[in-house]
Amino acid sequence: MTYLAKPKLHSADAPRNALGYTRRDYEGAISTLCAGCGHDSISASIVQACFDLDIEPHKVAKLSGIGCSSKTPDYFLGNSHGFNSVHGRMPSVLTGAALANRNLLYLGVSGDGDSASIGIGQFAHAMRRGVNMTYIVENNGVYGLTKGQFSATADKGSKSKKGVINSDSPIDLASLALQLGATYVARSFSGDKEQLVPLIKGALRHGGPAFIDVISPCVTFNNHNGSTKSYDYVREHNAAVNRLDVILPKAQIEASYPPGSLRRVVQHDGSILHLRKVGVDYDPSDRIGAMNHLQERQALGEIVTGLLYVDSSGQDMHTHLNTVEKPLNQLGDAYLCPGSKALEALNATLR
Amino acid sequence: MSTPAIQHCNDFVIKFANVNGSGSASANELFARAIIRMGVPVAPRNIFPSNIQGLPTWYEVRVSEAGWLGARGGCDMMVAMNPQTWDRDVAAIEPGGYLFYDSTKPLPPSKFREDITVLGIPLTAMCNEEYEDARQRQLFKNIMYVGALIALLDMEFAAAEQLIVDRYRGKDQLIKANVNALRLGYDYAKQHLPCPIGLRVKRADAVGERIMIDGNSACGLGAVYGGATVAGWYPITPSTSVIEAFSSYCRKFRTDPDNGRARYAIVQAEDELASIGMVIGAGWNGARAFTATSGPGISLMQEFFGLAYFAEIPAVIVDVQRGSPSTGMPTRTQQSDLLSCAYASHGDTRHVLLFPQDAHECFSLTAQAFDLAERLQTPVFVLSDLDIGMNEQLCAPFEWDDSRRYDRGKLMTYAELEAGKDFGRYLDVDGDGIPYRTIPGTHPTKGAYFTRGTTRNPYAKYSEVGTDYVYNMERLRRKFNTAKDLVPAPILTKAAQPTHVGVIYYGSTAHAMAEAGAKLAADGIHVDTLRVRGFPFSDEVMQFIAERDAVFVVEQNESAQLRSLLINEGEIDPKKLVRVLHYDGSPITARFIAGKIADALTDRKISPIGQPQRKVAS
Ligand SMILES: Cc1ncc(C[n+]2csc(CCOP(=O)(O)OP(=O)(O)O)c2C)c(N)n1
Ligand code: SF4
Ligand SMILES: [Mg+2]
Repeated sequence: MTYLAKPKLHSADAPRNALGYTRRDYEGAISTLCAGCGHDSISASIVQACFDLDIEPHKVAKLSGIGCSSKTPDYFLGNSHGFNSVHGRMPSVLTGAALANRNLLYLGVSGDGDSASIGIGQFAHAMRRGVNMTYIVENNGVYGLTKGQFSATADKGSKSKKGVINSDSPIDLASLALQLGATYVARSFSGDKEQLVPLIKGALRHGGPAFIDVISPCVTFNNHNGSTKSYDYVREHNAAVNRLDVILPKAQIEASYPPGSLRRVVQHDGSILHLRKVGVDYDPSDRIGAMNHLQERQALGEIVTGLLYVDSSGQDMHTHLNTVEKPLNQLGDAYLCPGSKALEALNATLR
Repeated sequence: MSTPAIQHCNDFVIKFANVNGSGSASANELFARAIIRMGVPVAPRNIFPSNIQGLPTWYEVRVSEAGWLGARGGCDMMVAMNPQTWDRDVAAIEPGGYLFYDSTKPLPPSKFREDITVLGIPLTAMCNEEYEDARQRQLFKNIMYVGALIALLDMEFAAAEQLIVDRYRGKDQLIKANVNALRLGYDYAKQHLPCPIGLRVKRADAVGERIMIDGNSACGLGAVYGGATVAGWYPITPSTSVIEAFSSYCRKFRTDPDNGRARYAIVQAEDELASIGMVIGAGWNGARAFTATSGPGISLMQEFFGLAYFAEIPAVIVDVQRGSPSTGMPTRTQQSDLLSCAYASHGDTRHVLLFPQDAHECFSLTAQAFDLAERLQTPVFVLSDLDIGMNEQLCAPFEWDDSRRYDRGKLMTYAELEAGKDFGRYLDVDGDGIPYRTIPGTHPTKGAYFTRGTTRNPYAKYSEVGTDYVYNMERLRRKFNTAKDLVPAPILTKAAQPTHVGVIYYGSTAHAMAEAGAKLAADGIHVDTLRVRGFPFSDEVMQFIAERDAVFVVEQNESAQLRSLLINEGEIDPKKLVRVLHYDGSPITARFIAGKIADALTDRKISPIGQPQRKVAS
């Protein structure tokens, strides 16, 4: 396989954001995934979210593990540094990168095999530590890249393409993230960009550990009857709890909503989350309630989507560690090396 | 039977048998440091089990005015404070040696030996009389026996007293209480025991400027001086104290004076995979990062080492080697990770290794490792071990040249990118095999790349083309060759007389080797020695072997790992390299090395004396 450079043709009237960039400036190499793969829609949503938020692409670091999903960072944000790391270990690499420079935006992209099977430990601990990141799992219930084995998120009783019934209980990463300390937890569907793009935007502006479980059908290995991660199944069982609009502090747009139907959350950086109620009465600031809701609805076979939980008062890892404002990777010799005088004084205490 | 009592001044071994967790460590250290304050070198060593409390521990102090700092073996005086190990402790004393014990409870004569001098003090009784509190009774009992030893060994009371004053400066109560306990032991011994005994310490001038510190603290300090800002780690004996030291030196030296904030980040990871993952993430992002671990951690990190090697990411790993696996001998020393570090991971990898011989080099080589890792864009391993890592030792004072600047390696800057300089992440532009890299965030539209293992071309674009792969591997080989001259050079010590026998060794074997060389020379056996300090081996190492008929390779593992590495890397005839292996978990001794070399020379009928037979290196 060789690399395909994407032709950089800017049509003159393509919409530009506040930085003067077009959507094309947020794209990457041409995807080599199967046509129709849910992962490509997620890449497109990431592009849209970054464009909408006027993010400078080089201020984003995108990290992934191994899998079809983990290849996708090559297919968006071509002007961002990316790191296709080791199977199941993206969270630690991202954590280290975030320690080195607190001023970049960290986008972790992973698969259900990558995060729920081999990488469950690192997934859990990155959430616990409060790493400031947007962590997206492109969840198809199978290992796409190794040709369709069940992953740890496959539902009990769901059927593989070869007809095997999965007998193991599924891991629900959103529930885990809630339990382990993520302060922004959402679930969405790759086929619903209207829901997904604002959820990514809210996560990118969150300023703490943000997790999005995106059901992303694998058209090649898990889109058949009997799969609970197929396009049809997800559409039929999708039970959204809310709809999100992300409003940047500078924007003065005041949308009008029917009274009682809107919840407003102001995040650390001043961005505002407008949550419109859909059907049920759902309180996204109630962590225990969110966990209960997920369990109850999952038991009924529903796939709960939307912004499940947000806590805008959370603190991130750098706050816990009390690190200096200036990124550690930019501290010069004089800030780091105590010098010979201090060493001589130390020598004297060791005699 | 009367065996004459050993009579030695400034040259003996005294061992303390204690119960783990009884607070003896700081008293024993006080004893060792008091001798140093009298200008006499000592080499103290802990021998401890993998438990926190209740099991036996030993502290061995070799007193050697001649300056031999390796373990000697044997024991001239036993301070037997652990009833549990009494029998074997008494049996371990050399004939004519001394036994010091707590005589509060009478022991039957069968518990003693005829051929040693027995020195009893009712320590427990004295403490019970003096102190109310149980913990105080325990702690001051230790100080009391140090006081008694000062009298018995004819040491200077003032030296120990001054140490206490220095240690507890500002805490007058503590100073008073400790000096009082020291005095009680001293006075009792003076009044009731035949002071001084045959073992004595006499003021000398053989310590000089040297300092005493353990290698792990020195590694931690080296990481501070080397500019490390990120540490990811997972606790494991014997490496844990590297990070503890890094953390406390960081608090001291890296706290922003204006706002009290940290110019460093230390994260205790969930396991070693995560520790090294964090280090690699931070290194990729332009921070100097390291981890400290031991053999089991090295095993877990293997996949990441391979990724870092191929993705060319700087990382520093301090490996404090110990005996074998989790239920191996975690509190015993070995040099048994050499091969698993040198060729760590899958897919044609090889790594840069540094071999410190003592705490001084633990400091300097750890600091240097960060420069090498960034210059070479690769993981660099500092291979320490339990013996130098966890024991305090005399070593040359730490040095730092203030004009030294960190070598950040080939970093392409915003200005260069802006000026249109060609950037190929894996492109060899000047023949040394080292490509340029960019740090994330450098430039809005230039210099970003997607990091992956090897499926890419020199411009970091996806490629599975064979020629791209081969280009990359050949470049990595060139880079490894470049490393040969960047790692610290080996140190050659020529024998007093010409010889065609050589010895190669590394790391903590150094002290015992120096003494072994002197011992052999005294017996008319001359050997040239070469201490390797880095891998890849420089040409000097191979030349040393080529120029000699036989070369002993002395190391502390069972499978002769350094020998294998030399054979493999230098295409050396295995017959030429003779194994000298020590691997029972105790530190290697000069007696052992000299004995093995002398025996082998006799067996092989090799005469070490005479003109070296020049061989043309092929
Ligand atoms: C240590 C290791 N084990 C196994 C593999 C093989 N492998 C590659 S991708 C993958 C599964 C990926 O599944 P998932 O994360 O769900 O990604 P998807 O392809 O479904 O998007 C496996 C098992 C590997 N690369 N590394
Ligand atoms: S195998 Fe499945 S997950 Fe992988 S690219 Fe194809 S559709 Fe997507
Ligand atoms: Mg998958």
